[in-house]
Amino acid sequence: MTSPSQAAAAGAEPIAKGGLPGLPQLPSGDPAVPQQLVGLSPRQLMWRRFTRDRAGVISACVVLFFFAVAVLAPVISWWYGKDAYTTYGLDRPELLDPITGYPMKPNGGIDGEFWFGIEPKLGRDVLMQLVYGIRTSLLIGIAATVLSTITGIVIGVVAGYMGGRTDYFLGRLIDLLLSFPQQLFFVAFMPVVTALFVSPEKETPTYLRVTALILVLWLLGWMQLARLLRGQVLSLREREFIEAARVTGASPWRIIRKELLPNLGTPIMVQSTLMLPMFVTAEAGLSFLGVGVVEPTPDWGRMFAKGAEVYEGDITYMFFPGVAMVVFVVAFNLLGDSIRDAMDPKTTR
Amino acid sequence: MLRFLARRSLGAIVILLLISAITFFLFFALPAEPARLACGKNCDPASLAIINKNLGLDQPVPVQYWDFMVGIFAGRDFPIGRCDAPCFGYSFVNQEPVWGTIVDRFPTTLSLAIGGAAVFLVVGVGIGMIAAWRRGTWIDKFFSSLSLLGQSMQIYFVGVLCLAWFVSGLSIMEQPAYHPITENPAKWFSGMVLPWLVLSLIFMANYSRMTRSQMVEQLQEDHVRTARAKGLSSRTVFFRYAWRGAIAPIVTIFGMDLGSLLGGAMITEYTFTLHGIGRLAVDSVRLTDLPMLMGVMLVSSGAIVVFNIVVDAVYAVIDPRVRLA
Repeated sequence: MTSPSQAAAAGAEPIAKGGLPGLPQLPSGDPAVPQQLVGLSPRQLMWRRFTRDRAGVISACVVLFFFAVAVLAPVISWWYGKDAYTTYGLDRPELLDPITGYPMKPNGGIDGEFWFGIEPKLGRDVLMQLVYGIRTSLLIGIAATVLSTITGIVIGVVAGYMGGRTDYFLGRLIDLLLSFPQQLFFVAFMPVVTALFVSPEKETPTYLRVTALILVLWLLGWMQLARLLRGQVLSLREREFIEAARVTGASPWRIIRKELLPNLGTPIMVQSTLMLPMFVTAEAGLSFLGVGVVEPTPDWGRMFAKGAEVYEGDITYMFFPGVAMVVFVVAFNLLGDSIRDAMDPKTTR
Repeated sequence: MLRFLARRSLGAIVILLLISAITFFLFFALPAEPARLACGKNCDPASLAIINKNLGLDQPVPVQYWDFMVGIFAGRDFPIGRCDAPCFGYSFVNQEPVWGTIVDRFPTTLSLAIGGAAVFLVVGVGIGMIAAWRRGTWIDKFFSSLSLLGQSMQIYFVGVLCLAWFVSGLSIMEQPAYHPITENPAKWFSGMVLPWLVLSLIFMANYSRMTRSQMVEQLQEDHVRTARAKGLSSRTVFFRYAWRGAIAPIVTIFGMDLGSLLGGAMITEYTFTLHGIGRLAVDSVRLTDLPMLMGVMLVSSGAIVVFNIVVDAVYAVIDPRVRLA
């Protein structure tokens, strides 16, 4: 299996050949051709290949399930009858051991009432913590992915299409940002970005923390895509259909929008599919280290921090968020592979 | 080769200077009152004055940056005493010189990085080669699924699970801790085994995936087919022809990984409560200890940049075509 960038680089080829966007498509179902040879657009072909890939369809369903959980969190809360903030264990002393603070029942207090158990010490419901935690983490991940993808597209296409000095400076900027120690940068700039909005003596409101997280992830998240797209645009720019468009007097904006962007669909799709789990795990890592989302906001990564504190007495607490995250990342990786395979049947595994 | 290295080193110095400038200006110029940020929530005027004096915060920011950079190479005189080169200033929190603390913490990070990297390189590349050798069989599929799983694991999950199972539960492994190798090599080893294994479980996946795809690609190349047609043994073809071509991209990734590990594996160190550079960075963020953070940032970026040059040099040795580029 080739690395995503290499495969994605190969990925734009067949669409460029098959699609030739900007030129009128041949009418499908030409009367001269027999009926069974109905032409399919590249997109239809892609969809057909994708739906035939069992792993891809299953992982797409898993991914959709996670999104559904995040969106429907309030509905789940209403239906399940609990929320993520109430400290059930403190309200009802029989649930938690008064001395150690661990759940009284075995396996983290799992029973018919608390499906995934209750949190040690504070006694919140684990299922609700996880559902709302996924909601927070996915929100941050999606926001960072959207921002980074847009930035990557703009900078990559501008650098590739303009060439010359613009390309040189943008290229050096990308090089510079790539040589920053990324994880350390995330951690180090959280307080700086937060200090932009709030003076250090005051408590930081949650929405500002989330904004700061998104900003920090975005700042160092767009370079890979930009660099990849720059290379693609550089080679596409010399192709005949771009030249033809230029000769007919199309404006640069039109060429970028109508000729270039449709051919960059594959790398953009594949890269942003891989970007999202990267951001979600990075955000969880930050919260695990205690510099991301903090109490009492439910967050996926914060559950790991709590789990690492209490693992000696109650490993079950760590189990559900951990398994959920592994499933989430596996599904996204498989989905990314399937999208690439569907869009570019030439790649072999 | 020398010219190539000289040019790369020059580029690296420029990048390091830029990183230091950006970091410095962000840390010291952005918040309205750096001293107040450093001082934390319960700040009294006396400690504020000390911090201001120690940092020379009455000066304009470019002057402060210049003093800081000069201090790294020539040492610097502070009101509380002389700070010898390389001087990264004094910590806000314990008033110790930053450089001394970094030097104290570095052996832990070094042990973690070198040991972990050795394990994941050997095991990852080994698995990738076996998978490529037995391509399409159940062994290949098994290792592919294993890599996918490993790639999707997080240290903050697997690490804690391993602590719970192997250390607290079965007690077949020691609580991870750093003991200097010079004092007791056996203790050093047993204290580091678990972090190494967990670290390599996560990193290995990338290497086995990459080795496999590179080997598969190389085995289809013309020169490999020619070697086979000449009647060379399959072992020679596999190791001397295909492997040699496959190794270059792996060296690149390995250099980058090792560089970033040496700059502090924050999550690993935090999970296993090892007091290395990464842990130092996290703690300084929590205490808003800006000079310490600045020092760690520079040392870590330095490690990454230096290892990029090393990678380029190794690359040039492996693949002679690169030398002219």
